Amino acid sequence: MPQKLPRKDVVIIGLGWTGSILAHELTDEGLDVIAIERGPWRDAPTEFPPNYVQDELRYRIRHELFLRPEQNTFTFRNKMNQTALPIRDWGSFMPPNGVGGGGVHWNAETFRFLPSDFVLKTHLTERYGAAFLPEDMTIQDFGVTYDDLEPHYDAFEYLCGTSGTAGNLRGQIQEGGNPFEGPRSRPYPTPAQKQPFSHTLFAKAARELGYKPFPQPSGNLSQAYTNPLGVRMGPCTYCGFCEWFGCGNYSKASPQTTILPLLVRKSNFAARDNSEVLHINVDRSGKRATGVTFVDTGGVEWEQPADLVILSAYTLFNVQMLLNSKIGTPYDAVANKGVIGRNFTHQTISTVNGFFDNKKFNFNPFIASGSIGMCIDEFNGDNFDHGPHGFVGGGYMGQVQTNGRPIQSTSVPPGTPKWGAAWKSAARDNYLSTVRPGTGVHGSFYSYRDVYLDLDPTYKDRFGRPLMRMTIDFHDNELKQNAFLTDKFAEIIHAMGAHTLDKQYRKGPYDSTDYQTTHLNGGAIMGTDPSTSAINRYLQSWDVPNLFVMGASAFPQNAGYNPTGPVAALAFWAAAAIRGQYLKNPGPLVHA
Amino acid sequence: MTIGRREFLAGTAILVLSTMKSRATIISGELPWAPNAGTPPIPVRPGPWHYFTSDEGRAVEALADRIIPPDPQTPGGKDSGSAVFIDRQLAGPYGRSEGHYNQPPFMPGTRQQGSQSEKGPAAVYREALAALDRYCQSTYQGKRFADLSDQQKDELLKNIEDEKTKLEGIDGKSFFALVIKDVQTGFFADPIYGGNVDMVAWKMIGYPGARYNYLDWVDRHNERFPLPPVSLMGRADWSPKP
Repeated sequence: MPQKLPRKDVVIIGLGWTGSILAHELTDEGLDVIAIERGPWRDAPTEFPPNYVQDELRYRIRHELFLRPEQNTFTFRNKMNQTALPIRDWGSFMPPNGVGGGGVHWNAETFRFLPSDFVLKTHLTERYGAAFLPEDMTIQDFGVTYDDLEPHYDAFEYLCGTSGTAGNLRGQIQEGGNPFEGPRSRPYPTPAQKQPFSHTLFAKAARELGYKPFPQPSGNLSQAYTNPLGVRMGPCTYCGFCEWFGCGNYSKASPQTTILPLLVRKSNFAARDNSEVLHINVDRSGKRATGVTFVDTGGVEWEQPADLVILSAYTLFNVQMLLNSKIGTPYDAVANKGVIGRNFTHQTISTVNGFFDNKKFNFNPFIASGSIGMCIDEFNGDNFDHGPHGFVGGGYMGQVQTNGRPIQSTSVPPGTPKWGAAWKSAARDNYLSTVRPGTGVHGSFYSYRDVYLDLDPTYKDRFGRPLMRMTIDFHDNELKQNAFLTDKFAEIIHAMGAHTLDKQYRKGPYDSTDYQTTHLNGGAIMGTDPSTSAINRYLQSWDVPNLFVMGASAFPQNAGYNPTGPVAALAFWAAAAIRGQYLKNPGPLVHA
Repeated sequence: MTIGRREFLAGTAILVLSTMKSRATIISGELPWAPNAGTPPIPVRPGPWHYFTSDEGRAVEALADRIIPPDPQTPGGKDSGSAVFIDRQLAGPYGRSEGHYNQPPFMPGTRQQGSQSEKGPAAVYREALAALDRYCQSTYQGKRFADLSDQQKDELLKNIEDEKTKLEGIDGKSFFALVIKDVQTGFFADPIYGGNVDMVAWKMIGYPGARYNYLDWVDRHNERFPLPPVSLMGRADWSPKP
């Protein structure tokens, strides 16, 4: 029997970005909050100080800061008729672990989704007609709009000190920013980061081709910043050890550098680390959560009763927690019924490496930050007419090269042998003069009936719980999108002066070993209809109203941007609904 | 859901073993912090092989020198320490696939499903290096791989890469791809791990190493960064000459 702990007002599962935001907001409301985190406490002096964090082998290749698959992994297959097998070592995405979650090791690209992304189904149907969409595509509107979220995007950007150039201030298009973005109520809190040579060259080539390049909005700060909570950050030093790494400089926005120093000092907050929640407990009616059961590293099982449960783990673990807790109806792809696990999506990433004359170009690729870069948005979302192209969706593209770490960044022109003297001299001659954007084309991934999450029938985790099964493949729509965008991107890299291009299109089948991004989405989606969504527009469970589910698991489909901005804005939006509405009258905020 | 006691105990045993270094704590009131709590990397020391037998070590040094051949400016894979790097990696968590999901059943899958092998890299090297030497001894009058001429080695490796030559009982193409990856990783990793001795690989490509501040350089476009590389252990010329 688990040992029972004293009741709390709120229990938070997972202390990453959204858990920290909710903990801060709800402790401000005077509630007694406990956060339970599977991984360890993490901070710069202990785990990623500037005297040894710049270690590509340890942090990038051997995954120092990530969850170990032995703790929890997923099974994977492309098609429903295949047998799913376990992902034994991470590949196409990297689940976080520990306090700060993905906020520790993200690049800190801090985008907003386009206004049309939130009303996608309605928007595309109105513009192109329902018949333009593939039959098995299951995209939906979010149930919340850009205008609803604008103040909350703003709150997150000012929390982080985000560095950028506004493209649309209260409806006025601004020179140098992204003209396609939704209107912002005020400029970014800090100016855009400085751009290295190749990033600047990309912007010049893009401008000459008629595009409107803009600096990527960055949570690696261009200057020192004190946020509204009084927490101070230092300027980014362009070290080139950002994503996969923690920041030793307190220059990358993370829960550690923006919220936790204040949160931990509040008398009505506590966190337990190295403690994994096994399931959310519900009462006999099945309509009320009573708290959670977790196990600590000593193997001791505890029950934490609480009036309000915030599920704020990584996307996939949110869905797994709901399935293991038997909350909501599991999705059945054959019957096309049920909600938990449906509309699972990822991203459609590709890139083009450009090789330049090393006598004329020296890019010093090691000078960079996680969210450095010059981008264009002409081919994102529905910013262009899809009519002639026969697909929907898109993405931003740009020279967003984050590093020159040599194990992974030593590129050689296509056709070079993989080893031997020819490889060695090509590595030597091209390292400083190659443009290697990484996630250069950052495309959307829309939802489909046969891309989903459920529980695996065979494989178990270390507690004997079934692993979650991913069934995912690229559909023609996304592959067409990617071919179109990659070709457009290649034109710009060519215009920069590259003598050789290596176009790396995204091709099917979806490959679990090939890193794309960690932007997995969906599975516990938000919406307006309980038969096709797990949570309402305030991220409140339709089935268990004292449970709110944060994170990108709420996205009905993925847009062509990095998800953290919208994820954080939705967290602030949900927190406002809890503070302003739910606590006054606990119960469903939307009656379906 | 409830978890059966046996399942739970079995799970707990794994959990305790795998996370011994971290204990559950309650954080409240102030940021947790302890002096000297860091976990800096442990430098590889030169010396005898930790994992390889002497024949295996010779074979891997020979492979490293064909994957990265020496040239007048830059040493090859052997003298830059890639075999030492691989030896120490195989003797450690990497060799055992520590932290990976290693639960059965092990079933063959598609390429997209990733490795489903029960064996870690250490066991793969042991079997494959033996198969490579066996093949060479039967094909080249009793010579082991390390004793072939450079031309013979290159021809054989090319044929293994192209699957024209099969090694008995192992997947030669996958093994050679693994060796290429490990040799090149050791060549470009920090010298603290035993390869990239004297930062030769970083000097070769122009990478300044474990630096942490380019604020003064970010907008100096198209200029060669002038400072020499530095590793996590510093640089030889930082130590006073005896």
